[in-house]
Amino acid sequence: MDAENQAQVKKIAEGVDNEDGSNNIIVVLGASDIEGALISAETVTVGDPSFTGPLAGVSLRLPVYHILEPEIKQAVPEDIYQENVGIWELTVDTEEIGKEFKAIREKSSREGDCHET
Amino acid sequence: MNNWLKGKTAIVIGERDGVQGPSIATCLEAAGATVVYAVTECFV
Repeated sequence: MDAENQAQVKKIAEGVDNEDGSNNIIVVLGASDIEGALISAETVTVGDPSFTGPLAGVSLRLPVYHILEPEIKQAVPEDIYQENVGIWELTVDTEEIGKEFKAIREKSSREGDCHET
Repeated sequence: MNNWLKGKTAIVIGERDGVQGPSIATCLEAAGATVVYAVTECFV
């Protein structure tokens, strides 16, 4: 994820916290290669792994999803989903993406709990 | 359809060689989310 986008994500995440410290922000990615998607996912959860951008060392722990994972697909009207991203379902393993991203969210959530206690 | 996305605030990071930002944003908004930032990254 480039530095400009990291800065925007940081600004948004830090600007919309509710009084109880929670927020409703999610990040949704669209990278077609899973490795690239996972690096971006890491960037918005535990920080920039390259330590070069504004999110270096910043653990936002935002829930991160991929547009092609089943959890997102089931929430979007079928006709709109097919029209906009359906073609990509044919070229990537959506189940695998779902598993990888779910693991990232669970790991991020667990580590967040540890820091709070 | 489970619209757990309803009421969520979404940041969208699309990719030129993958699913692009506006396409993702259209899907999320149709599901009831509010997209506050949508971009299509381009790696050359």
